[in-house]
Amino acid sequence: MTARVGLVVVSHSDMLANGVAELATQMAPDTTVIPVGGTEEGGLGTDYNAVVEALTDADAGAGVVVLYDLGSAKMTAEMAVESADDPTRYAVVDAPLVEGAVAAAVAAQGGATLADVATTAEGASGETPAPTPQRPALHLVPDATTAEVLLTNEVGLHARPAALLARTVAELDADVTIRYGTEEANAASVLALMGLSAPGGKSITVVATGKDAAEAVRRIEELAERGFDD
Amino acid sequence: MIQDHRDELVRLDQAIGDADHGENMKRGFTAVVARLDAEPPDTPGKVLKLVATTLISTVGGAAGPLYGTAFLRAASAVGDASELDCDTVARALQAALDGVIARGKAAVGDKTMVDALTPAVAAASCAEGTVAAALAAAADAAAEGANSTVPMVARKGRASYLGERSAGHMDPGSRSTALLLRSFADTAAKS
Repeated sequence: MTARVGLVVVSHSDMLANGVAELATQMAPDTTVIPVGGTEEGGLGTDYNAVVEALTDADAGAGVVVLYDLGSAKMTAEMAVESADDPTRYAVVDAPLVEGAVAAAVAAQGGATLADVATTAEGASGETPAPTPQRPALHLVPDATTAEVLLTNEVGLHARPAALLARTVAELDADVTIRYGTEEANAASVLALMGLSAPGGKSITVVATGKDAAEAVRRIEELAERGFDD
Repeated sequence: MIQDHRDELVRLDQAIGDADHGENMKRGFTAVVARLDAEPPDTPGKVLKLVATTLISTVGGAAGPLYGTAFLRAASAVGDASELDCDTVARALQAALDGVIARGKAAVGDKTMVDALTPAVAAASCAEGTVAAALAAAADAAAEGANSTVPMVARKGRASYLGERSAGHMDPGSRSTALLLRSFADTAAKS
């Protein structure tokens, strides 16, 4: 098993850093997310030494993406990265803290590279789903495996089910698109999936290409049948 | 100096920021003084470096990385010179300003410490040849620069969230920069 990219969440507030880490690891339980919040004395602020330590602790060999809350946390994070033996192992990303952390954690869970996890975080936004990579319209995709899948759980493709689906797909060699109504989402992006707002009781269309396309569809069907373990 | 002005910096920061600048600076420089007393470094460059690393690890707010970078760059500019002549001091001030700009990405007019440090660097003339004269001129210019931030609308830092409401208050970072330069000038005048 190759190492996953780790995350460090730098915040002025200990509670905020821990809350973000809690949320991110709920969606991506195997990703290392280290919260660093507040000053050494427990006040509001950033603790340079603690950030330096967290960078090392979060690095399992694949590098670390660093998220921050406000300007001075960014400066502290950048200084810590610059002081590292190999600054290229760390990426300080300009991303919305919560959405960015969740998106990055899920991408890291799926084995994405440092650059890809960083890009995913930066593309995350609460308003619009992460952009789906340019791809041909669904009906033009040749040799795609498609299936209608009924969402049997109550909440539908909400946060945890979306993360579960994204993780399932990430393990396979397949490009998977989920369609609900007129909207499409890249199944690798948990935020894009959530952006579909597909409720329980409705059906989604799964379109998969690539070597493991059939397996991807099978696993998603299985997940839905189990009600996403809700 | 910072100790004496802690409350003033807190008040300035309360108006447009998060009210921690005075306390942060006091904590940082109290630690600096303690470390300098405990193990006095033997060159000016090492003193600057100790100040930098102490501020970075103890301040806890934006002033930590900003002043930390400033003192680090100044330390590099000074090198291992055993005494500081005027040209070296002027070079160190310029390096400090470059460091602050690189770290904080602020420009003149953004209502930050750059508004105090930029005119200070420009005024630190070595025409008279003495360090004390150059630093006195720099301190005067920094104080004026800090005053110039009063009507400005902040474009960087926490105060920028206030938009137009940040006008009418002096930027706390520019004030602490002016205080530090005054303190350097006073020390140079005594030595």
